[in-house]
Amino acid sequence: MSEDFLVVKNVSKSFAGIQALKKVNLVIRRGEVRCLVGENGSGKSTLIKIIAGVEAPDEGEIIIGGKSFRRLYPIDAIREGIQIIYQDFSLFPNLTAAENLAFNYLLQKKQRSVNWKDVQKIAREAMKNIDVTIDLNRRVEELPVADKQLVAISRALLHNARLIIMDEPTTALTRKEVRSLFQVITKLQREGISVLFVSHKLDEILEISERVTILRNGQNVADGDRSEFDRNKLIFHMTGREIEETRYQYVPRHSSETPLLRVDGLSRQGSFANVSFCVYPGEIVGITGLLGSGRTELAMALFGLKPATRGEIYLNGKHIHIRNVQDAIRHGIGYVPEDRLTEGLFLPQSIGNNMVASVIARLKKKMGIIDPQKRDHHIERWIKTLKIVTPSPTLPVRSLSGGNQQRVVLAKWLTTNPKVLILNGPTVGVDIGSKTDIHHIIRNLAQEGIGAVIISDDIPEIIQNCNRILLMRRGRIVEEFSGDQITEEELARKMIGGDGSEPVSSEMAFV
Amino acid sequence: MNGIFSRNEAFVALIILGLVLIIGSINPNFFTLGTLYDLLRSSVVMGIFGVGVLMVLVSGGTDISFTAIAAFCTYVTSRYLNSIGFEGSVLVAFLISGAIGVLLGLINAILISSFKLPTLIVTLGTGNMFRGFMLAFIGTKIVTVLPPGMIRFSRTEFFPVTTLIGGTNGLSAAVFVLLAVVPVTWYILNYTMLGRGIYAIGGDRVAAERAGLNINVIQFFIYCYVGFLAGIAGIVHSSLVRTANPFDLVGTELSVIAAVVLGGARITGGHGTILGAILGVFLVIIINNSLIMMGVPSYWQSAVIGMIIILGTSITALQSKRESRVSIVDNQ
Repeated sequence: MSEDFLVVKNVSKSFAGIQALKKVNLVIRRGEVRCLVGENGSGKSTLIKIIAGVEAPDEGEIIIGGKSFRRLYPIDAIREGIQIIYQDFSLFPNLTAAENLAFNYLLQKKQRSVNWKDVQKIAREAMKNIDVTIDLNRRVEELPVADKQLVAISRALLHNARLIIMDEPTTALTRKEVRSLFQVITKLQREGISVLFVSHKLDEILEISERVTILRNGQNVADGDRSEFDRNKLIFHMTGREIEETRYQYVPRHSSETPLLRVDGLSRQGSFANVSFCVYPGEIVGITGLLGSGRTELAMALFGLKPATRGEIYLNGKHIHIRNVQDAIRHGIGYVPEDRLTEGLFLPQSIGNNMVASVIARLKKKMGIIDPQKRDHHIERWIKTLKIVTPSPTLPVRSLSGGNQQRVVLAKWLTTNPKVLILNGPTVGVDIGSKTDIHHIIRNLAQEGIGAVIISDDIPEIIQNCNRILLMRRGRIVEEFSGDQITEEELARKMIGGDGSEPVSSEMAFV
Repeated sequence: MNGIFSRNEAFVALIILGLVLIIGSINPNFFTLGTLYDLLRSSVVMGIFGVGVLMVLVSGGTDISFTAIAAFCTYVTSRYLNSIGFEGSVLVAFLISGAIGVLLGLINAILISSFKLPTLIVTLGTGNMFRGFMLAFIGTKIVTVLPPGMIRFSRTEFFPVTTLIGGTNGLSAAVFVLLAVVPVTWYILNYTMLGRGIYAIGGDRVAAERAGLNINVIQFFIYCYVGFLAGIAGIVHSSLVRTANPFDLVGTELSVIAAVVLGGARITGGHGTILGAILGVFLVIIINNSLIMMGVPSYWQSAVIGMIIILGTSITALQSKRESRVSIVDNQ
């Protein structure tokens, strides 16, 4: 029998005249872990949809287990053992883990009635497949993200999966959870199940894959064993340009300068305690730590979203109080939130309106009416400065790609002329090209004298862009490094906790 | 799920218990079989409505047309049966009224599933439409002499007891309609893939689609079933009040939704149980019927119900908030 489980041959697909895939080829062997790599818009998702039978290819052929399909329907794909684990897991939050596991199975079997003993039995079998235990009688909405993912994976296995496609599976996971996901993948592989791991996170790709396929603009640009690739090569193929990963060089302005932002003994019950640090003009300070280390809570406190209960904040040496967001804005603090979709943008509103949302008060004429010229001037300026790619600022923000959306969030805060800019996970879900651009924007801002604070667990991002790095653990700052003093490996190890042996419970990671 | 006593249901049950004890200590006459019969009889119409509302809420929708459907069905049925001089069983009235309800529910379902319109808007529109249509084309005159079958039904009582003033009081036959509707709907919701599908689309519609559920079929079922229940409830209501009044019922839909939400169903879909819905209805009925027995002016009824809704939902919200507030700070 052939070694190849799935062969995608010369598949093309276009939507409304736009060519999404051009003669794309992909071969997945049995029991192989294959990474499908590409930036947003490279055709990754279209390819997955074609393999799943959700979209029909315009031309080309799909061969599964030796059987050729011109047109593949979802039910064929499932029957041939292809299962997709979507980014959002496609689970029912209101149902128990057990029912989530059994539901699709019973549906496939065309069951009409539900026998709850069978449900339990099916669920237990499913969990046994990957050797993990979760409380099956808890509602999925009560489970931590990692457990939800395990439920999704074991549900996929119930359908005799031969190929599991994981779409950006590590987006919401902590490093520790990524580790256990990789263990599960290795276990699947030993049982002869192939895994197609779709990602744009370079470290993960290099760690888990055996072979790599890179798409760019809907075409194959590289294909081969992992050993043939390194970070720079991956980046080159994904973006089609050489991107230098340089480090930020901070040049102290005057030696006796007062810090732009000084935080002294800041605490908030249950979130963080006794946090003290300074940010000088031109500095980019990184605050990192695991999910649940208190980093996000600290950022929110500085912006007044969840104000600190104790401690002092000084801006340019002046003692200030931040009790709410209005205080923070008034004092010149800007905040780029972690989740731009729910916290940072008004998605259906126009790009322009989003940009001026935080400065509306300044655009007012007499009688409180917005001055359209002033507004348009603002919008034009920032679209140009931040190189936002759009045919018109009147289009809804929703129409933009992740990278461009994030620029709009930045623009929204830059219009307020902040002195201190707090960026919480500034490039989550942004592809590499845009990521580099955003990093350049932040660096330029710092060089102009802003104090930037990047809160992130993206280690390369922190190391390349921050001249100082503060490590948080359990709500406290435990160590400080200078940016050129530490390597990625070291920081990763310290983040997980000293020598990596310190246990981090999952409950803690998700408060 | 599986009859687990979730917090909201326990809360409502406790309030009912407390209320019953308070009312009973003030007015010992409360603890009689007769009172229980009264309360049960008063709960039937709202109970049947509540079961339907629960199903819609669980699926993530909102139906506010069911009272208009009920009024339409019972009025048309009563007038029709009177016009042909039908003297047979009330079952025929239930059948006709239920069938009209299914048809009206079908209109809701078609609008909701074919045009993908929000359920609240659709039923807001159709509710007004059904009512206006009935008043304009069928009539506005109150039917005071019901078909004989319905009158006989309203007089049928079981297990009679002697009341304090010497008359007899029995368990109304109408109660058995509720006693049939509840287990049937409970079975559908908990033991059929259709019912679990209703929970599934209420939980995550996209995931339900990907799992291969036919959402249209499920929505057709829901709105037709709710229409059917409304038709049944309409006949019960007319029989109990001995008139078919086209101006009746409409306006009570929000109290029914309130009662069901009180029992733990969420407006956002995916959550709620039959037990909770029925408990919620009982609580509202007890408040409506018994505050007077305690000497509380009747104006206070809706204020008290409102307060309990806010109290009930905020207690559960507070509890879940407290649970999630685990300290991450390491206080060495």
